[in-house]
Amino acid sequence: MTAGPAPRGDRIRSGLRGPWPVFLGRQLGRFAASMVVLATAAFGMVHAIPGDPVRNALGLNAQPAVVAATRRTLGLDDPLWTQYARFLRGLVTWDMGDSLISHVPVAQVMTRLIPATVGLAAAAFVLAVVVAIPLGLLAGIATRDGRSRGTHVAFTSVTGVFSVVPDFVLGVGLVFVFSVTFKVLPVAGQSGPESYVLPVIALAAGPAALLARVVRVEAQRVLAEDYLRTARSKRLPARLVYLRHALPNLLTAALTISGLALSSLLAGTVLVESVFAWPGVGNQLVRSVLSKDFPVVEAMAVFFGGSVLLINLAVDVLIAVVDPRSVIKET
Amino acid sequence: MRRSTSGRAAVLRTPLGISTLVLLVAVVGVAVVAPLVLGSRAETIDVAAMDQGMSAQHLFGTDPLGRDLLARTLVATRLSVVLAVITTVVAAVVGVLAGALPFVLGRRLGRLLVATINLSVAFPSLLLALFLAMIFGVGAQGAVLTLALAMAPGFARLTHSTAAAVAGSDYIAAARLLRVGRARIVLRHILPNIAEPLVVNATTTVGTALLSLSGLSYLGFGVQAPDYDWGRLLSDGLGSIYTTPAAGLLPCAAIVVAGLTFILAGEVATQVVSGRSRRRGTARRVVTAPVAPVAEDTGPAGDVVLRVEDLTVTFPDRGTRPVRGVSFEVRAGEVVGVVGESGSGKSLTAAAVGALVPHPGVVEATRLDLAGRDVRRLGRAERDRVLGTSLATVFQDPMSALNPAVRVGLQLAEVSRVHQGLSRRAAAARAVDRLAAVDIPSPERRAREYPGTFSGGMRQRAMIGMSLMAEPSLIIADEPTTALDVTVQQGVLALLRDVVRQRNAALLFISHDIAVVSRIASRVLVMYAGQIIEELPVSALVDDAAHPYTRALVASIPDMGMDRRLPLATIDGRPPEPDRLPVGCSFAPRCPLADVGCAEQAPPLVAIGENRRVACWKPPSDVGGPRSTAGEGGRG
Repeated sequence: MTAGPAPRGDRIRSGLRGPWPVFLGRQLGRFAASMVVLATAAFGMVHAIPGDPVRNALGLNAQPAVVAATRRTLGLDDPLWTQYARFLRGLVTWDMGDSLISHVPVAQVMTRLIPATVGLAAAAFVLAVVVAIPLGLLAGIATRDGRSRGTHVAFTSVTGVFSVVPDFVLGVGLVFVFSVTFKVLPVAGQSGPESYVLPVIALAAGPAALLARVVRVEAQRVLAEDYLRTARSKRLPARLVYLRHALPNLLTAALTISGLALSSLLAGTVLVESVFAWPGVGNQLVRSVLSKDFPVVEAMAVFFGGSVLLINLAVDVLIAVVDPRSVIKET
Repeated sequence: MRRSTSGRAAVLRTPLGISTLVLLVAVVGVAVVAPLVLGSRAETIDVAAMDQGMSAQHLFGTDPLGRDLLARTLVATRLSVVLAVITTVVAAVVGVLAGALPFVLGRRLGRLLVATINLSVAFPSLLLALFLAMIFGVGAQGAVLTLALAMAPGFARLTHSTAAAVAGSDYIAAARLLRVGRARIVLRHILPNIAEPLVVNATTTVGTALLSLSGLSYLGFGVQAPDYDWGRLLSDGLGSIYTTPAAGLLPCAAIVVAGLTFILAGEVATQVVSGRSRRRGTARRVVTAPVAPVAEDTGPAGDVVLRVEDLTVTFPDRGTRPVRGVSFEVRAGEVVGVVGESGSGKSLTAAAVGALVPHPGVVEATRLDLAGRDVRRLGRAERDRVLGTSLATVFQDPMSALNPAVRVGLQLAEVSRVHQGLSRRAAAARAVDRLAAVDIPSPERRAREYPGTFSGGMRQRAMIGMSLMAEPSLIIADEPTTALDVTVQQGVLALLRDVVRQRNAALLFISHDIAVVSRIASRVLVMYAGQIIEELPVSALVDDAAHPYTRALVASIPDMGMDRRLPLATIDGRPPEPDRLPVGCSFAPRCPLADVGCAEQAPPLVAIGENRRVACWKPPSDVGGPRSTAGEGGRG
């Protein structure tokens, strides 16, 4: 995201609530603009499909009459801008037509699938953050000023491997160990809470390892800062030195990486849902793309893209809450 | 850009470098050899050997068509690696073009392109590739193309940001002035300079491309039967994970090993490019501090606030001793200045008093008493309480010494909360009171603000206010005015002077600037190469200093009455490096009075009157009255 123009002292000082309204307005405006770009890209994608998308989806054996009728129902014969307007209106009113394959309304498909995917991604994200931040901070404290070379090597190797192993491969490994060999957890599907364990771990491991590495490096940087020496000179207990004085100063970087991690974790749901036969958006996306069911794919593009944009928005706002200086910088 | 080639080669000799090289050779070797040797074995359909488990014939069993699983996995290396490399090359070419284009295009178009790149980088490439598959279709070709397009924004952004840095440099400006065409600037001047980060990024990208392509093939978007890469094998084998687990696990293992190899190679490439071989630190000798001789604990020693005897600070990792046998006392209500060049050990001496010497420094002393108690012999909790209440430190740079993420009031209040057991409210009120005491206007509002809104002078006032939270008996001010404007310096010095006078605290004022020290201190310690070389009252500083170094320091102060046509007095030479100290007097190499004897033996610090000590073989005879211990340090 590009930074705004240079800070304007007059605007910051004017008004009782400071720079927040300007900052939020700018962020929301950027989000809205990106959403429009995204929706346009999703719309453009369908129209960039070579040949007739309906013929593509229904196959070469479909009756020309059926193809023509489907084209008419979908409004593909209307002028492009009419179609575009209808598509945007459909997104806003949550009425995006029917699936070409199952003839179920797309909105209904999405409403059924989204909770499963969001539940999986949210659980994995929470797990990743809850594990990674304390782990990275502790590792940073243990290895500060070049202390404990052994911890350093062990930490970087283990997190390095976990950040490289792809989620679906880890998922297969977990299934083999816990479901096939020891038979303690279900192989696939969404049932009780125990069905969440393996997919959540498979999704969370990579982002957690990455986040922990970043937090450790940031912790080392912060622990060498002058203000940490001030805190130590005040002889504060370790709890205050690390939690009050060090942690807030590494949160900006941690939040930025968390946002990236959450986005990549969302992409990971596609593969992990496929490994675990999870009834979510990702699993359906694969089938819909393969069957060229473009009304569904369009909606999913907006869902995934919108989620990524929403995550970025949330990260920018959260960083501003944690580090008020960035508000001033942005406005 | 010039780096030693030996440094680059050294990276390849580290454990990481060696194992990466071995892995890389193995993966590429298998990719080349396996299809030639095992090709037929991997593709021969053997109905008699369907879905077999492990056996001598088939090490990891067979697939539903009786084909050897291990052979198939090894043969699949070639296709998997080749597709990943092609993807990376296409992504890099497209990305570099897109990233360099904004410099060639006009301002508006360029900005639009950069915004598009920045927006698309936010989207995970696997997701982008899945959606692009709607347009390009499935199959190996489609997968490579879609993934390459999805990964291109990463390269584009790297190209653009690196190139933007290069484009801002002087030689590009010069080329512009010479009216070199924009395209030519990009080709001839910018691209060659961003080649290294691009190559490093590309190496890592082969790894991620391999992982993503495996994912796409696994989902059915990539390689289609009868061809097979690892993702395809995994997708075929996963269904039989109960019967022949190797069918799924072998390709998984292959994906991880190959992915790890290329990502490690990227890591090594980064180190080679940055010339940073993680050379192992020299073996660290553990220097155990000798047990301090049991000092008679005679209670508070009169009005002596700080007593330091034979203090040394050693860094065993570097084999240096920046503080070498320093002894001095500070009494209540007194301002003692410590002067010396950077590296003279003055700040480390202060850090040793406050137990703040950075790791792995080792502090030794025969005596280190603060407010009458030997802090080294206290328990941890008690030591923290004594150091937290009796001692306060004001650091050099107020811009970085206050925590930017914690409200100023809380940074003050926590001292009283922790060490004096004050309630949150009482501590906050005390913080406001102390901010008012150091002349900070509207202290109640200021206490609620973050340091970012304070000016440099105000921050240093706040730091001084912080030092007053617990009524300390000693304040150490380590270059407190160095980072401030001259006019602000005056205010801070006046404030420190008032603080000492009103609260009867002692002040240890450390500075490289003898002029500043002479304005506030009553007694001065001059340090050189880790030792005190002279102690004298400030009244004697200007025309009664004994040590040639002190005299030279005084002579180097410019003042308004000086003849501006004469050059400023300077001291020739530099202080000795801490790991190359001379045998004799450490100032001898720069001293105008030094003779052969000075270079042979170091002079001891001897008393030459009340509050006067000097370490010199040749002090002027007219200094400080009769030398009380004249015979003691006679040269042998």
